Amino acid sequence: MKDKLVITSSPQFHNGDSTLTVMWSVSIALLPAVIWGVIMFGLSALWIMVVSVLSALLAEYLLNRVYNKSTLWDGSAFLTGLLIGLNMPPDMPGLAWIYVPLGASFFAILIVKGAFGGLGNNWMNPALGGRVFVFFSWTNHMTVWEKPLVDGVTGATPLGGVKSGLLGYSGSASNPLDLLNDVTNSNLTYLDLFIGKIGGSIGEISALLLILGAIFLIIKKIIRWEIYVPYLVVFILLVWCFDGNRFGTGLFTGDILFHLFTGGLILGVFFMATDMVTSPITAKGMLIYGAGCGFLTFLFRVYGANPEGVSLAIIVMNIIVPLINRYTKPQLFGHAKLEAANE
Amino acid sequence: MKLKSFPKGGIHPPHRKNSSYSPDDLNASLPSIATIPLSQHIGAPSKCIVKVGDTVNEEDLIGEASGFVSSNIHTSIPGEVIEIKDLFLPNGRVCPAVVIETKGEFSRIGKSLEIYPWDDIEKEKLIEIIKDSGIVGLGGATFPTHVKLTLPEGFELENLIINAAECEPYLSSDHVLMLEFSREITTGLKILKKILEPKNIYVGMEVNKKDAGDLLTKTFKEENLDASVVLLKNKYPQGAEKNLIKAIIGKEIPSGKLPLSVGVINVNVSTVYAIYEAVCLKRPLVERFVTVGGGAVKNPGVYRVRVGTSVRSLIEECGGFTEEPEKVIFGGPMMGFTVFDLDVPVTKGTSGILALTKKEVNSARTTNCLKCGRCVDGCPMGLVPSKLFKLIDHNLCDEAVENGLNDCVECGSCAYNCPAHLFLVQQFRAGKSIVRRSKGAK
Repeated sequence: MKDKLVITSSPQFHNGDSTLTVMWSVSIALLPAVIWGVIMFGLSALWIMVVSVLSALLAEYLLNRVYNKSTLWDGSAFLTGLLIGLNMPPDMPGLAWIYVPLGASFFAILIVKGAFGGLGNNWMNPALGGRVFVFFSWTNHMTVWEKPLVDGVTGATPLGGVKSGLLGYSGSASNPLDLLNDVTNSNLTYLDLFIGKIGGSIGEISALLLILGAIFLIIKKIIRWEIYVPYLVVFILLVWCFDGNRFGTGLFTGDILFHLFTGGLILGVFFMATDMVTSPITAKGMLIYGAGCGFLTFLFRVYGANPEGVSLAIIVMNIIVPLINRYTKPQLFGHAKLEAANE
Repeated sequence: MKLKSFPKGGIHPPHRKNSSYSPDDLNASLPSIATIPLSQHIGAPSKCIVKVGDTVNEEDLIGEASGFVSSNIHTSIPGEVIEIKDLFLPNGRVCPAVVIETKGEFSRIGKSLEIYPWDDIEKEKLIEIIKDSGIVGLGGATFPTHVKLTLPEGFELENLIINAAECEPYLSSDHVLMLEFSREITTGLKILKKILEPKNIYVGMEVNKKDAGDLLTKTFKEENLDASVVLLKNKYPQGAEKNLIKAIIGKEIPSGKLPLSVGVINVNVSTVYAIYEAVCLKRPLVERFVTVGGGAVKNPGVYRVRVGTSVRSLIEECGGFTEEPEKVIFGGPMMGFTVFDLDVPVTKGTSGILALTKKEVNSARTTNCLKCGRCVDGCPMGLVPSKLFKLIDHNLCDEAVENGLNDCVECGSCAYNCPAHLFLVQQFRAGKSIVRRSKGAK
């Protein structure tokens, strides 16, 4: 028996979750997508992810040295690096495979996260911030998409193909998949989209494996339905209602499956939008935020200049989270009557 | 059947209740030395009326109430006062305590006591008996019961709510009490009914004690007492006063007000039993039901323990420790206090003694707030704990008060949920005391 026992303020026990378990669980949930990316795109994809993770850890280490903290292994920097890697195109020319992910990770950790006080204080998802930063810095490298399973041949992502294909299109296709197959001379099915035999970022292509990871996080109660359900519902409804217009088939004919399984939507919905730090803190706020993400993703994707829209939509919603928090404060117990009386 | 509950917040910690007990062997061993603190209640400490060398009989008065909001203290064993010393209480305060060594005859324990009729006793006299017997709220707050029962002139009480929720994990003292003493509790309720004349009597308990609830319902019927058992969802903090009242009658106590403001008096079921003993057995409050539990205790269970028994002897009686405990707790794991050694005695307010293992405690390093919102989910009072934490961190306590700091009931739901393991409740206590002090300075 020790001389003296531990003294703490109540509560004396805990549900067992910690920052560590949260962060590492998300990384574990992403593992199937990581492996799939390497299978589809080869070792070049692996090296890009290694660079992004290592540079994120290096940036965190430098911050730790400056601020005399020890947060290197809390899982947050690792996760940010991993998400950046998964958001990179699978192959980049010359030395770009080193400096692009490194630039993204450094921007994410040092500027987006570190400059605002480290973990928990960033107002934008660091991984997305890093991605958008390199997207605008090296747009040429960030928009070249290697085809899966064949080295050195590039092609369009499904959404990119549709977007460019629609310009001056005169064929007969009346839905995005047919149109894509028409303009790219390919023979893709919905199953290919779902499993992930398509072009795109390293980690965004397999909806199936990402959903598996998401189920793991749902079971672990790390991601909240208040975010991903309204996101999906609003996005699906809007696509169903209005996306048919682009193909001349009118209202309520949008191709939901095509939009669900492409353009990193699943990655964004379950792994980016649900980031605890940059999403609202009340359930009501989360519903608004999720719905906003869905609306903006639809808007940017269908009517915007870029084909995808997930990253930007989430970033814009991240930025208004403090506002959402302000207007969705819960009603204080025992105050309802007082306030009514004061009015 | 739809179970009642408070609407917002709350958490679902593992129950880990072990209501094992043996009806024939419910009493813990008598202490050979009892250390009886003179402050076992909210309010002014009692005035010591014995001195070293005095001989006391079982259940003799040793501390006298020193004001209206104060309480009498009796000795739980007969013997000689060998020391009066300062003692650290589990809540961190220091108070004088009377140390008594057992000597002489036990005249009351183990004997079948005469049951006195109480029908003819006046209301005021009943409250007097409760006051003299040193009865305090046994749910943990230890507010002197006679103060609570003294209604304002002309006040007509709507509801008497008996708190048997016992929502803290591990604890099952009230459960065992209700299973063993349903008839006595019924009599206690009748006494309370005479004193308070409420229109309705409700007994609220979590549905995990349904067997006790059924037994009480049956006993109420047999004894012709018009009271109803309300089963509540298993959800912490179902037994917090404000939440319990909201769950049962649907009314919210306005911020900063007492239950009386919504026409309710709330009494713990253990207190009801103590009232029965005081009135019918003429017995002061010298013992209570205590759950001894936690993963580090060999034979956990519920015992009837004399006030002044040290934790050390109680745990030895339960077979000692199976492994080194990380913490030893007075009360439940959500709102209880840790102690730094095992010589602290059981007092009137001790509902449980828990020795938790490292694995049960689940502590981890504190990190920055992740803004995950789990504290907001957990809070039954509609607070935003993460924001309050930050405000107090920045020394903006007044702003924290505007955001409801003083509505915090310190139930611990936020900190239990917090993945960053922030010391939320500790921060709120500190904030409240800063506010109190700055008010005092003005």
